[in-house]
Amino acid sequence: MSGRVEFLQGNEACAEGAIAAGCRFFAGYPITPSTEIAERMSERLPEVGGVYVQMEDEIGSLAAVIGASWAGVKAMTATSGPGFSLMQEHMSFAAMTETPCVVVNVQRGGPSTGQPTKASQSDVMQARWGGHGDYEVVALAPSTVQEMYDLTVECFNWAERLRVPAVLLADEVVGHMRERVILREDVETVDRELPEEGEEVREPFPLEPDDLVPPMPVFGRGHRVHVTGLTHDERGYPATDDPEVHRRLVRRLCNKVRKRARRIHESVGYDLIERESDLALVAYGGCARTVLEAAEELNATVFRPRVIHPFDPDLVRRLLDGYEVLVVEMNLGQYVEMIERALDAECVHALEYPGGYPPTPERVIEEAERLQG
Amino acid sequence: MRKEVRISGFGGQGVILAGVVLGRAAAVYEGYNAVQTQSYGPEARGGASRSDVIVSDEEIMYPYVRRPHYLVTMSQEAYDRYAPQVREDGLIVYDSTLVEPNEEHDVEHVGVPATRIAEEQLGLRIVANMVILGALRELTDLVSEEALKRAVRDAVPPGTEEVNVRAVEQGARGVRE
Amino acid sequence: MNWRDLIRWERMPHILCPGCGNGTILNVLVRALAEKFEAGELDPDRTVLVSGIGCSSRLPGYVRLDSLHTTHGRPLAFATGLKLANPDLEIIVLTGDGDAAAIGGNHLIHAARRNLDVTVICSNNLIYGMTGGQVSPTTPEGAKSTTTPYGNPEPPFDLCELVMGAGAPHVERWTTAHPQQLKRAIHRALERDGFSFIDVLSQCPTNYGRRNDLKSPREMLEWLRENTSTKDEPGKIRIGILRDEERKPFHERVHELIEEVSGDEEGG
Repeated sequence: MSGRVEFLQGNEACAEGAIAAGCRFFAGYPITPSTEIAERMSERLPEVGGVYVQMEDEIGSLAAVIGASWAGVKAMTATSGPGFSLMQEHMSFAAMTETPCVVVNVQRGGPSTGQPTKASQSDVMQARWGGHGDYEVVALAPSTVQEMYDLTVECFNWAERLRVPAVLLADEVVGHMRERVILREDVETVDRELPEEGEEVREPFPLEPDDLVPPMPVFGRGHRVHVTGLTHDERGYPATDDPEVHRRLVRRLCNKVRKRARRIHESVGYDLIERESDLALVAYGGCARTVLEAAEELNATVFRPRVIHPFDPDLVRRLLDGYEVLVVEMNLGQYVEMIERALDAECVHALEYPGGYPPTPERVIEEAERLQG
Repeated sequence: MRKEVRISGFGGQGVILAGVVLGRAAAVYEGYNAVQTQSYGPEARGGASRSDVIVSDEEIMYPYVRRPHYLVTMSQEAYDRYAPQVREDGLIVYDSTLVEPNEEHDVEHVGVPATRIAEEQLGLRIVANMVILGALRELTDLVSEEALKRAVRDAVPPGTEEVNVRAVEQGARGVRE
Repeated sequence: MNWRDLIRWERMPHILCPGCGNGTILNVLVRALAEKFEAGELDPDRTVLVSGIGCSSRLPGYVRLDSLHTTHGRPLAFATGLKLANPDLEIIVLTGDGDAAAIGGNHLIHAARRNLDVTVICSNNLIYGMTGGQVSPTTPEGAKSTTTPYGNPEPPFDLCELVMGAGAPHVERWTTAHPQQLKRAIHRALERDGFSFIDVLSQCPTNYGRRNDLKSPREMLEWLRENTSTKDEPGKIRIGILRDEERKPFHERVHELIEEVSGDEEGG
């Protein structure tokens, strides 16, 4: 890893990661605890020739991001709970129109305005199912300031590869803490595949393209395409009355992500620390820092996914089958539901910990010891 | 080695910056691991403000300070609130211009007239945070003087580097004397 | 270029009702665009149509240009991203009274305030047509709709006053009974740098006319002709050029700032 060594907040590292990934457009709306991302982007983007705009609300922010993406520019927004709720309209639109974009959600406590300055992981299901309709996204959860940088780059790369909205599912713990970060200069970046410039694209949305992801005919290059949020046929034209067209379209939108679950997990990576124990702890994001410490004390195995969506049940079965599993998360049980579907549900337990701070390692140890009787 | 440091005072004294500088010195210039956290929102306005730093030669996982080894405090309110949390073998460094220590707290105390030094020797009250940080460094050797000064130069507003570095030096001198 | 080359003929027949004012708007728009392309004043490969939701927002789907059919009320927010990210694009936003003034009212005033360089054509038919005739923010007081069966108790918005109040530099109002004037207005709007707003009073015979004693498209067009004037006349709706000023468009200010900052960076 070569690059400048800095001591930054997670939110600042996220902005730097975006710029390293090639992001040249940011539209957003201030909201705690994500605002430092917008502030840093407003300073940094003009330096690298990029555009920053503060929109009138979060709905408009993600709309502008999608517009910029269709203009051929990598684009991002950042928000937290209440703003993420407003963005769901366009999460759904971005999924339907296959628009690469990155949405950072620095999670805080909810429902509603909840705990603006406190941490939470209660938007795990919203990241996947917050918008209406059948679709899939890529969502990654960073546990360190370095991962705020690295996983922002990964979000852009998967958004570009799959033409999907990608969510950096961060939380106030990692968003606000400062840590050493290497602003890597050697990041691998991925750009969406484009059709030949000047060529009219008659089938911009083929029903079964190679790899399930068609090239993106961005505007202003002579492709003359119609892009709509309505169910559309391969020409991009509304075909709202044809059940077969709808079935094939939404199946492809989901399958292009689902069928790559294993590849995404392998590529983005996960932590698995195996120890001689019947107990495995599972945690992600800011909360995982507690659990890594507790597991050492308990001499327990730990699984820390970085990829939250798409979930890969095969991977979880391969790694955790046979353990008593304790999932620790800062909500009333969201990721644990996915784990329960992958494993024998009787062996899966949860330490549900909303409130604004991750549990202390002592609290996790106490819970694990109670579990083991 | 894992040390938990809490720097506290009231809003406007630069306690956040002091924590950032200490963390930066440790993480960027000493090759240690360091994590800095702070209070946000209504809690951070007025009243007691705090900036927490953990410095370790091992990986820091749980990022929050539980029982500080070192408490640096620049206001009575912060002293009263945080002094009881300091470890028995810990150290409290307080700004003796502003804080009256309480003998009930059976922990080693060192008073440094940071605000007075800042005003009288540097002509700039707002560098009291760097004075007391210099004193903490001198007393604890958490990071080297060189690392601290480099971090100060990186983190303070351009044009104020020298006065802030001198503040660190005066703080160190204050506890040596 | 002939206007016929700009139609996606394979999509015909269109979904508009017989006598719908949106047909006139589409007709006038493609003719104005064809003239601009023919004269070399605009590049069809860099001209983009953006729309929201509603009958008028379906028009871009019939035009052989790049087009983005977005969500209800948000086309101006999408257009903001398109224009700032690629200032070479010429953007035309097709919207309606429900889209622009109700759900999208916030985006409308902010796009006008910023002076986003787009041409907005608002098909103002005084009703929600697509969903079957519900009251809109421009429905006249007392008018009947499926959700104001006893008459509309609300006063309507004057969209031109609204966007002028927000700072729009170029604002015109015409009707579907004035196609030649409307075409010239679109020409002017495309030529202006900045936020151009054309309020086009339009007829919805299916959902407005038949509930409000205007039985046919012809009657509605006559009503539009008789009740509008290019002069200030009592009891008549003012049409014509309501404002025509110059103000630096938003993308120019943003890109000047970028040039200044990034230039500084390169210069050290």
